[in-house]
Amino acid sequence: MDLGYLALQLFNGLANGSFYALVSLGLAVIFGIMRVVNFAHGAFYMLGAFAAYLLLQELQIGFWPAVLVAPLVVGAFGMIVELLLIRRLIRLDPLYNFLLTFGLTLLIQDAMRLRFGLQGQPYPAPAELAGSISIGDAGYPVYRLFVIGFSILVCLAVWYALERTRIGLVVRAATERPDLTRALGIKVERWITPVFGFGVGLAALAGVLAAPMRNVSPLMGSELIIFTFAVVVIGGMGSIAGAVTAGFLVGVLASVAGVANPALENMVAFALMAVVLLVRPAGLFGSVDAG
Amino acid sequence: MRRTVGVLLALVIAASCGGQGGSGGASPAQVKLTDNKVVIAVINDQSGVYADLSGKNSVEAVKMAVEDFKSKYGDNALGGPIEVITADHQNKPDLAASKAQEFYERSNADIVLDVPTSSAALSIAKVASDQKKLYINIGAASTDLTGASCNKYTFHYAYDTYMLAVGTGTAVTNAGGKKWYIVYPNYAFGQDMEKSFRAQIVSSGGSVIQSDGSPFPNTTGDFSALLLKAGQLKPQVLGAMQAGGDLVNLVKQYNEFKLKDQNIKLAIGLLFDTDITALGQDAFAGVQYTTPWIWSMDQQARDWADKFLARTKIRPTFAHAGNYSAAFQYLEAIRRAGSDDADAVVKELEGYKFGDFFIRNGTIRKEDHWVMHDALLAEVKSKAEAKEAFDYSKVISTIPADKASRPVAEAGCKMP
Repeated sequence: MDLGYLALQLFNGLANGSFYALVSLGLAVIFGIMRVVNFAHGAFYMLGAFAAYLLLQELQIGFWPAVLVAPLVVGAFGMIVELLLIRRLIRLDPLYNFLLTFGLTLLIQDAMRLRFGLQGQPYPAPAELAGSISIGDAGYPVYRLFVIGFSILVCLAVWYALERTRIGLVVRAATERPDLTRALGIKVERWITPVFGFGVGLAALAGVLAAPMRNVSPLMGSELIIFTFAVVVIGGMGSIAGAVTAGFLVGVLASVAGVANPALENMVAFALMAVVLLVRPAGLFGSVDAG
Repeated sequence: MRRTVGVLLALVIAASCGGQGGSGGASPAQVKLTDNKVVIAVINDQSGVYADLSGKNSVEAVKMAVEDFKSKYGDNALGGPIEVITADHQNKPDLAASKAQEFYERSNADIVLDVPTSSAALSIAKVASDQKKLYINIGAASTDLTGASCNKYTFHYAYDTYMLAVGTGTAVTNAGGKKWYIVYPNYAFGQDMEKSFRAQIVSSGGSVIQSDGSPFPNTTGDFSALLLKAGQLKPQVLGAMQAGGDLVNLVKQYNEFKLKDQNIKLAIGLLFDTDITALGQDAFAGVQYTTPWIWSMDQQARDWADKFLARTKIRPTFAHAGNYSAAFQYLEAIRRAGSDDADAVVKELEGYKFGDFFIRNGTIRKEDHWVMHDALLAEVKSKAEAKEAFDYSKVISTIPADKASRPVAEAGCKMP
């Protein structure tokens, strides 16, 4: 097995990791500020992919505008869900919102299934990224490289917004010590809806990016979400850096394991989760009290 | 005025005579029904990955068969009502078995039809044998139904892994694709496909340089590791045995990695029209595959497909057509046997030679209950070649029934 081949598999891992990173980043942001485990995140990811598909089919709006429009639309839908439903259960045991979002997932999935069936819809990669470049003696799709680069950029931008801007400061404060932040006269509640919408938008963005690579079907989210939960647990619940790092880490490890034996590919995330829970129960980047 | 009345009267008399004559001529010897009605149960996947390729539209096809049978022989042709009942087995073998049990015992079902997912089909074959009631499989591909698990009451109608392999495996190898890399979903169906294809490739002078099982179900939807491996192994043919959503993901990524440009040809084990709808026809253009039937293969097939389209808004897959055909032939067999008693119908079916819009040159083999019939080697057309919606494939050649059927000696069926 030569090095070029291994490098290609590494790229594959990073490309898969990009989706895990974006989806779990959204989950982490939402969990951070609301302490809500949003099970419907996979459904929002799926809605993002379908939004891109519908924009193309019904309005002839291509991939590039969809990268912006689909997350905005799905994010707005997420905000409505937060205002109408999630908000009402937030004072109760977190389990209630877990059940609510799980129910929402089933509703959204079945609604999409009624409308589109299960078989999936076609979505082409944008023409300018459809080619492949040769690495070593094999070709590698340009689109996948774009996905890796773009996701890293988005993760960096989110990190910058949280660490270096005033809004980020408030959100971080509200995440880490909500009561203390409130005591300082900052209205934490004001930020909840936009942050939820933002997290949902990230999932939808991942969905748009996935559409040219994956089968756009109502079940695509439920297949991803279990993996993403493992990623979030590995990274540490609510930890932004943890979600991103663990996302890429799991992607790469799964790909490399898959080269050795395809059956390991699905297993490695959960094996890693078990080990992390044993050694560092709060996750790689988590602090105990954040959980 | 008087003349008009006279003519009308004559017409009425003629019509009533004609009516009597028609029904008199069509009704054969008395049919004796065991419980005063015929109940056909369709058990298949109505909510999961195989819902589109068969599912509710197969139920619709069976209802069409019942209606057409009645309009051919009269409403009371069998001396009682013909009912169609249905259940979603969710691709779970245990659920499939308990549904079949319930239908046979409590709903007085005389026959179970369809049942995609090999494991579910095998579990129903067992129930049919225990209950001594009929089961005609259409949706599942496992050769075990007419092999190790064969029994007196189970028939295998449309296709099996042997047929798929003998068509695609042989044709592609003979056309110069000697070196194969096979990827298959790692469960009963995939393993069976891998074995069948390997045998055909080797006997046609080709070789399988490697084969890999992919996880099933594949939760990540990612096949890029295997595709990169294909780029490394440089086979002439990548044989993909995945089905449904897995196949769609794999082909999408095959195109993404541009393996075609590296002269790695794609051969697909099992392809349904619904898979082509999911990816768009150009993604599959040029791929060869084996199928028992294509709706556009000739006028006879097309006529039926037109009726199906009017009813369901889609063109039928071979599973839809197979369910209609099996239901219709079953009702014909009851009529010939003069009874819906399972043993009498089995006797009528065994050795029966027939043909309809779906089955060509058909013979129901007595030894293992495999329904021998012609198969087709087909190729997916490009979008530019398509003349209308759903015009996906063209026929390359016909595989005669005896070639498309596994020899009885190989089947290893011992009828109990």
